[in-house]
Amino acid sequence: MIMKNIDLVEKEKNVSPGREVIVRVENLTARLEGNTILKDINLEVHRGERLFIVGRSGSGKTVLMKHMIGLFRPAEGKVTIKGMDVHGADERELAEIRRSFGVLFQSGGLLGSMTLEENTALPLTDRFDIPEDLREELVRMKLAMVDLAGYEHLFPAELSGGMKKRAGLARAMVLDPEILFFDEPSSGLDPVTSAELDRTIVGINEGMGTTMVIVSHELSSILAIGQRIIMLDGDEKAIIAEGEPRYLLENSADRRVVAFLSRSAD
Amino acid sequence: MMMTTEVEPTVLVDAASVQGGPVLLSLRGAMSLDTISTISHRLYSLVEEMNPSDITIDFSSLGYFDSAGALVMARFRHEMERRGIPLKLVNVSEETRRIMELFDPDRIEVHADMPSGEPQISMLEIIGGGARAMVVKTIIVMGFIGDVVRSIGYFLFHPRELRWKDMVTNMKLVGADGLPIVALISFLVGLIIAFMSSLQLKPLGGDIFVASLVGIAIVKELGPLMTAIIVAGRSGSAFAAEIGAMVANEEIDALYIMGFEPMRFLVIPRLLAALAVVPLLALYADFFGLFGGLVVGMLGLDMTLITYVNQTGESIVLSDVFTGLIKSIVFAAIVGGSGCYHGLRVKRGAEGVGRATTAAVVSAIFFIILADSIFAVVLHYI
Ligand SMILES: Nc1ncnc2c1ncn2[C@@H]1O[C@H](COP(=O)(O)OP(=O)(O)OP(=O)(O)O)[C@@H](O)[C@H]1O
Ligand SMILES: [Mg+2]
Repeated sequence: MIMKNIDLVEKEKNVSPGREVIVRVENLTARLEGNTILKDINLEVHRGERLFIVGRSGSGKTVLMKHMIGLFRPAEGKVTIKGMDVHGADERELAEIRRSFGVLFQSGGLLGSMTLEENTALPLTDRFDIPEDLREELVRMKLAMVDLAGYEHLFPAELSGGMKKRAGLARAMVLDPEILFFDEPSSGLDPVTSAELDRTIVGINEGMGTTMVIVSHELSSILAIGQRIIMLDGDEKAIIAEGEPRYLLENSADRRVVAFLSRSAD
Repeated sequence: MMMTTEVEPTVLVDAASVQGGPVLLSLRGAMSLDTISTISHRLYSLVEEMNPSDITIDFSSLGYFDSAGALVMARFRHEMERRGIPLKLVNVSEETRRIMELFDPDRIEVHADMPSGEPQISMLEIIGGGARAMVVKTIIVMGFIGDVVRSIGYFLFHPRELRWKDMVTNMKLVGADGLPIVALISFLVGLIIAFMSSLQLKPLGGDIFVASLVGIAIVKELGPLMTAIIVAGRSGSAFAAEIGAMVANEEIDALYIMGFEPMRFLVIPRLLAALAVVPLLALYADFFGLFGGLVVGMLGLDMTLITYVNQTGESIVLSDVFTGLIKSIVFAAIVGGSGCYHGLRVKRGAEGVGRATTAAVVSAIFFIILADSIFAVVLHYI
C-alpha cells in the first residue's frame, strides 16, 4: 500500500497536466480460457509519449496490448482510442481507429506468402485511392527508413530476425499512424541492432510526434528511451508501479520493482 | 569436479560415533545420479540403526556431487529437521555448496494459482463435460459456416475485392499439383475392381459385365470419393498447416488490425479454389479409373476396345456423372472448410499446428464418408 502511494505521488510529479489522453484503459479485466489474466486495470497513454509496459514473462503484457488494439475482447471494462470505444465501434469508427495505430507484433506478423514490398503495401491496399507509382514509392521510403532499401523483393523467410522486426516496423508505419504499439521489439536482437532499433523508435517519436506504447522487458531499452513505465505483476494481475524508470529504480519501495529494474533475482 | 570412479561410493561411520548419541558420518566416492539410491538408502538405514542425537556429515572425501546429490541432501535435511535431529555438514567444498544452493527445492517457487496434481473427475462429469464441449463445438462450427456463407454473399456483390491471385495459386496447388497422384490412384483402383470382379464373373461367362461394374462403381462412387480423400490428405492438411502457422506467427492478428477479415482474406479464396477444382479432378479420376478397367478388360479378358467402351457407355448414364459432380462439390466444401476451420482454431504456438493438421484430415474424411452415405440413401429414393 505504501508503495502505491509513493508511485501515485510520483505519477503526479511526472505527468504534466492537460496533456491529451490518446488511449484510455478503464477497469479492464482480461479473462482468457476461463483464467483471469488481468484485473481491473486503469491506464492512460498521453499523446506523444514513449510509454513502456513492463513486467516479468507471463505477467500479461501481450494480453494487455492485444486488448488495447481490439484483438481480445475485455471481460469487463473498456478501451478507448481517441475517445472511441475500441470494442464497441461501428464500421466507420473502427476504420478510423485502425487508421490511427500501427502494431509491431512479437513474432513479426509478416505474411509469409508475400514479399516485403507487398507486406508493407498491405495497409495501403484497396482502401486508399493512391496511384500505383506513388504507392510503390511510399513503400520504398518506409523500407528505407528502417534500412531495408533493396530488400523489397525478398520474402520474410529470407530475412534475419532483426530484419523481420524492422520490416514489421515499416509496415506498422506505412500509414503514418498516431500511435505505434510494439510487442517486444528487441527480443531476439543483438545489443547493437537493439540499440539501433531504439534509436529508430526515438527518431520516429520525436520526428513525427508518434505516441509509442512499447511492451518490453529489455532493461537497457527501458532505461535508455523510456519516459514512463507501467509495471504489471503476474501474481497480482495488476499494475504495481507507474512512473519514470530511473526515478522508480532509485525511489520505489517495492522490492519487485527495484528487482526488475536493477536486474536482480528477488 | 573429478569423477572418482575407483572409490566405491559409500557412507562410513566414524569410530567416534556413539549409538544414541552424536554420530559422525563420512561420504566417500561419487554422489551422483547412478549412486544416489545406494547412498540415500544407507543414510536412512544408518539413522534407524544408530538412533543419533545429532549427525555430522563429513564431505571431505566426497568425489563427485551433482544435482541428484543435492536433492538427496536437501531431502535428508528436511527429514532430520522433521525428526528433530540436528544435522551439520562439514568440509563442504565451495563447488558442492554452490550446487546445493542451486538445487535447493526450498527455492523452487510453486505458483499459487497453478492447478496442482490430477483433479478428481467422476464419470458423470466426463460425460457431461464431453456433451457440453460437443454443443459448444457445434455452435462454433455453425458460426464458422454462417461466416463463410456471409462472406461468399459479400463477394457476390464485391467480386473485385476477392483475392483472385490467391485463389488461382490455390487452384494450382489443389488441382494441377494433384493430377499425378489422382491419376495413379484412380487407375489402380479401376484396375483392382476390374481384376477382382473378373475373377468372379469369368467362370460364369459374365466377362462383359466387368465393364459395367467398373463403370458404375467408379463414376457413381469411387471417382468422387477417392478424389476427395486424396485432396483432404494433400490440400486440407496444407490449408490447416498454412493458416495455423499464420495464427502462431501473429499474421492473422496483423491482418485483423489492418482491417482484413481472415475469413475473406484467407478462407474464401481457398474454399472457392477447392470448389472449382475438385469436381474437375473427380472427372479426371473417373477417366483414369475407367482406363484401369479397360486395361484389365483388354489384356485379361480379351475384349476389344470398342466392346468395352460400348458396354461402359450403356451402363452409365449422364445423370450418374452429374450426381458424381454434385457429390464432389459437397466434398470439396467439407475438405476446404475443415482445413481452414482447424487452421484458424490453432492456439498460440507451433505445436498446435500439427494437431490442427491431423484434425483437419481426420474430420474431413469422416464427414466425406458421412455425406457419401447420406447421398447413397437420398439418391436411392429420388
Ligand atoms: N490466447 C491466449 N489464451 C489463453 N491464455 C493466454 C493467451 N495468451 C496468453 N495467455 C496467458 O496469459 C498470461 C500472460 O501472457 P502474456 O503473453 O501476456 O505474457 P507476457 O507478459 O507478454 O510474457 P512475455 O514477456 O513472455 O511475452 C500467460 O499466463 C498466458 O498463459
Ligand atoms: Mg509477450
